[in-house]
Amino acid sequence: MGAKQFGARVARLEDPALLTGRGRFVDDVKFPGMLHACFVRSPHAHARIRGIDSSAALGLPGVSAVLTAADLPAPMDTNRMPMLVPNPAIAASLTQHCLARDEICYVGQTVAVILAESRYIAEDAVALVDVDYEVLPAASDCREAEKPDAPRAHATLDNNTASKFRMGYGDVDAAFASAAHVFTEEIWQHRGGGMAMEARAVVANPDSKNDMLTVWSATQTPHICRRMLADLLDRDLESIRVIAPDVGGGFGPKAIFYAEEAVIPAAALKLRRPVKWTEDRREHFLCATQERDQYWNVSIAVDRDGKILGVRGTLLHDTGAFVPWGIIMPYIAAATMPGPYAIPNYALDVRVVLTNKVATTPVRGAGRPQAVFAMERLMDRVARELKLDPAEVRFRNFIQPQQMPYAVGLTFRDGKPLIYDSGDYPKAQAEALRMIDYARFRERKAAARTQGRFIGIGIGNYVEGTGLGPYEGVTVRVLPNGKVAVATGATTQGQGTRTTLTQIVTDRIGCRIEDVVMTVGDTSAISQGVGAFASRQAVNAGSSAMIAGEVVRAQIVKLAAQTLGVPESDIDIEDGIAIARTGNRPSLTFRELARLAQGMPGFSLAPGQAPGLEHTAYFTPPQASYCSGTHLVEVEVDPMTGAVKILSYVVAHDSGNIINPMIVDGQIQGGVAHGIGNALFEWMKYDENAQPLTTTFADYLIPMATDVPTCKIAHIESPTPLNPLGVKGAGEGGTIPAAAAIVAAVEDAVSEFGVHFAETPLMPERIVDALRDAGAYEKLGDIG
Amino acid sequence: MKPAPFNYHVPRSVEEATTLLASLENAKVLAGGQSLVPMMNFRYVIVDHIVDLAKVEGLAGISITNGRMRIGAMTRQRELEFSPEVVRYCPLMREALLHVGHRQTRNRGTIGGSLAHADPAAELPTVCAAHDAVIEIVSRRGTRKIPFHEFNLAFMTTAIEPDEIVTAIELPLWASGHGYSFNEFSRRRGDFAIVGAATLIEIDPDLMVRRASLRLCGVGIGPLRITAAEAALVGKRFDRGTARAAAAAAKAITPISDIHASSDYRRHLAEVLAFRTLRDAAERCGVRI
Amino acid sequence: MAKRSISLKVNGRLYEQDVEPRLTLVDFLRNELDLTGTHVGCEHGVCGACTVLIDGRSARSCLTFAVQADGCELMTVEGLAPADGELGVLQKAFRDQHGLQCGFCTPGMLMSLTELLRDNPDPSEEEVRDVLTGNLCRCTGYAGAVAAALEAARRLRTQRGA
Repeated sequence: MGAKQFGARVARLEDPALLTGRGRFVDDVKFPGMLHACFVRSPHAHARIRGIDSSAALGLPGVSAVLTAADLPAPMDTNRMPMLVPNPAIAASLTQHCLARDEICYVGQTVAVILAESRYIAEDAVALVDVDYEVLPAASDCREAEKPDAPRAHATLDNNTASKFRMGYGDVDAAFASAAHVFTEEIWQHRGGGMAMEARAVVANPDSKNDMLTVWSATQTPHICRRMLADLLDRDLESIRVIAPDVGGGFGPKAIFYAEEAVIPAAALKLRRPVKWTEDRREHFLCATQERDQYWNVSIAVDRDGKILGVRGTLLHDTGAFVPWGIIMPYIAAATMPGPYAIPNYALDVRVVLTNKVATTPVRGAGRPQAVFAMERLMDRVARELKLDPAEVRFRNFIQPQQMPYAVGLTFRDGKPLIYDSGDYPKAQAEALRMIDYARFRERKAAARTQGRFIGIGIGNYVEGTGLGPYEGVTVRVLPNGKVAVATGATTQGQGTRTTLTQIVTDRIGCRIEDVVMTVGDTSAISQGVGAFASRQAVNAGSSAMIAGEVVRAQIVKLAAQTLGVPESDIDIEDGIAIARTGNRPSLTFRELARLAQGMPGFSLAPGQAPGLEHTAYFTPPQASYCSGTHLVEVEVDPMTGAVKILSYVVAHDSGNIINPMIVDGQIQGGVAHGIGNALFEWMKYDENAQPLTTTFADYLIPMATDVPTCKIAHIESPTPLNPLGVKGAGEGGTIPAAAAIVAAVEDAVSEFGVHFAETPLMPERIVDALRDAGAYEKLGDIG
Repeated sequence: MKPAPFNYHVPRSVEEATTLLASLENAKVLAGGQSLVPMMNFRYVIVDHIVDLAKVEGLAGISITNGRMRIGAMTRQRELEFSPEVVRYCPLMREALLHVGHRQTRNRGTIGGSLAHADPAAELPTVCAAHDAVIEIVSRRGTRKIPFHEFNLAFMTTAIEPDEIVTAIELPLWASGHGYSFNEFSRRRGDFAIVGAATLIEIDPDLMVRRASLRLCGVGIGPLRITAAEAALVGKRFDRGTARAAAAAAKAITPISDIHASSDYRRHLAEVLAFRTLRDAAERCGVRI
Repeated sequence: MAKRSISLKVNGRLYEQDVEPRLTLVDFLRNELDLTGTHVGCEHGVCGACTVLIDGRSARSCLTFAVQADGCELMTVEGLAPADGELGVLQKAFRDQHGLQCGFCTPGMLMSLTELLRDNPDPSEEEVRDVLTGNLCRCTGYAGAVAAALEAARRLRTQRGA
């Protein structure tokens, strides 16, 4: 039986419920007697709590309780939250307390929680809680925070250094010393938050009769949440169930475990009632993790033909007040910088600095967009200085497909040597150039210029490690009613996990799509799980689904053959029925086989037969698999206002074999939208006291339907040998090179004025400033 | 982000509404709610009473008498957007409305609410200013008519007293065939204008400017009249040079800097948008530069 | 503060309830009427996840108090499908064109587009995108929703024999 669902544009199984308003998001979960929570949060970026007076709040009708740190159960009353990704390079391994005990380190940090009959009353009560703060000096700008006399982000630390490390290989000093040309770029990059449309939410329902605690959380990682709760609440893992139901977007920040996810269950257990907390958008702006500023100072050494001899530099990364996800982001950035280019010598010195802002953790791309931006700005600089075409400079430096697998010389964040498994970088770039008709761009640009229009084109190339371990399991079981139950530790926040896994299982096992019943994001369904981040689920859960499906298929075939008295090789499976190819084609349905496989009470099973038709597979990837691609963007710039309009956006995308092209295209298109936000719109601003300034959707700008064109997408499929499906992750590739390509295009559009941009987000005001400083308005002669 | 508690009143007449406002402490008028309710949800505005004007008789509608368009304060922005009278007689307003928020907010937002809220970047007040509109305000103490240039007193503060409601806006209309243009720079479609410009112009067949009205928004406490620009135009021959001189005059302003834009950038945009609206307004009455 | 009696129709069904004045319409729909298809995304009127139709007009239900809807006829996403287990033309088009991913912003988009297609049976892509500026989406990059709206418009015109 050939694969029929794999690779097909199967309509999503998730859609009918979501389209008719019957999705089940955490805030849709209700229980009788449920209390509603609202947190008291610090208005100061750095402070000590001298006292909390909640008497007025408790006196408000409808308020059941006000909890502070002292009211929480051990050990979470005194212990900091566990660190999710420890690393010896982290000097200050700091995580938060669930409710602050003494020191507050960012605006919005949790101080107390109100439990009341409604969220409305809870908010009334928050206003009545009197917290006596001693305000401390705050570390805001990370460049300032590095200085010896800077305010310390944590009063207990000597300085604000969270980590310093070098990543590199070869001998950069020698390479630079002998180079024909050396160019340096100083780059500021800012990325904002994931800003999913659904903010965070937690519902906790304690069942004292069964000593079972069920928690719903809008999380990407319910199994991690469960493990954290077991530690913080000092409960057996088995007594906790965490469900991530429909989740309205993740993008990284929902992969972190938050204080609220522990406090709400603790409150529910203490008060013996279900408790709900739904984060509002203002809280989300303050307290959901995000990315932030990086300052890069990087240099490239090339020979006379523009071939790279070495790349070196420094990266300063603002990690915020805590490091719940370790130093993954700057680590990934440092490891991603070489990209698709053959770089014989490389060294990046990274400094990670603490500030009094909410923690920096990965947002879609996780440090790769910044690395790509830095590298692509260097490549464009080489092109400009050596008067070469930017695409040509890249072609001269690509790692060639016949060099795969290619060892870059670094260790990736998965702990393994960074080895590109497959990919054809020249092919992808050539395809993208063709799609946007790059060859005739100069013509188009000149023609536009005669009409007083300024258009430009930019390229962005990337290589992206995906499919990270440690594992993601799938159980496949044929049920006595003939359905095929699938359970997985994978989760879904819109990427269509349910659909893609169903496609894989139905192909392998031979059932119909409508016969699959799947449990996603529920820790009671499978014992070990990790969750969604780093574009890992298709690789890990997909491979597990394939393996489990094949094992169960073999079980079905064996049982059917035994029962029908034919050789196994004579058994076909089609639409949930095992059919013998011989004679009058006797058959057994899955329903019948499942019942047979249960055995009969008192009777032995046949020799070699195991009970049931089921298997759990935990695929563990040997290392990351590396996606790649090229983005080409054509933009128009209004030099008078600095407005940028994207005219055309093409993507050549390689994520190996594709399970569902419709879903992959959606991931790319959605990823590009994040990239456009990153390049032109999104800036999470803080003042010098680390007070957040952009805390609404009116001030923090995410792209609208008029800002994101429909991309033209070509798929290059370089299958990976690293998993049985040959797939790689597809969730982030749309974002990663977008800012690089867009900013390059803007610079190209106004190239006649000689302005240079090395920042994201690139705002219209900055474009106008640069043009003014370059004398553009005099040259233009007119303000029309 | 839930609002603080309040009492809710739904008067059926202007008398009832003004009587309520005269007697209630800490009350606010609710029109379309698109500006007020977010502030209540953030608890930037905390009131004990809300007086909802939605059911008050006679507060919505568009009529034209003696060259003046009278618009009831509770007329929804949507009605104005699709009104044939507005398209024909007040095309500046129509053009400006396409920049006002989004379809979903224009369905509910009102012209009276926009004027009373007095956001410095708001489009409708700028249109009213360009037309030298007169605001009709009613209380138990009587009716008064305030010319627009006396309406904005301070940042988001108008001449409306706590016991008063805006009942109507009267716009003197410009002659048929007049030139008009509304243009703004905002980061995304429907966002607040960083700077906006509204221009009305009448140009004689001999290219002499008979009349010009220029207002900027987003650069002061309310719509700003650029008298120097108007003076650089009226009685002069309209050509590229005149337009550029008038636009340059628009730069003599002192806008604020905030998280969205610096004052330098606002000044720059003021000149650009003044020029563009002059150019486009002139084109609409048949003069191309 | 004193509760008020309101009476309104939602998806054709009459509801009568006493509500606090400050209860927002979206919270009323979600918590009092158990119609959880309309979502809360920002509570300050920008994201559009809460969009419903009030007397046929799209509106942000987070910026409307339930008391303001007294006497009105509302439609929410739950009222779009022609029957249980079926999808309407626009909903089917969203499915066919991959117009949704996480589904959180989708009900709001569907309501905005329902109004558009009713008022403008042959919208241009620009007009569709303009209406959708009132509905923020973080997953899809809008392409699928735009394609779905245009496809639905085409199918509806064909149905009407236009």
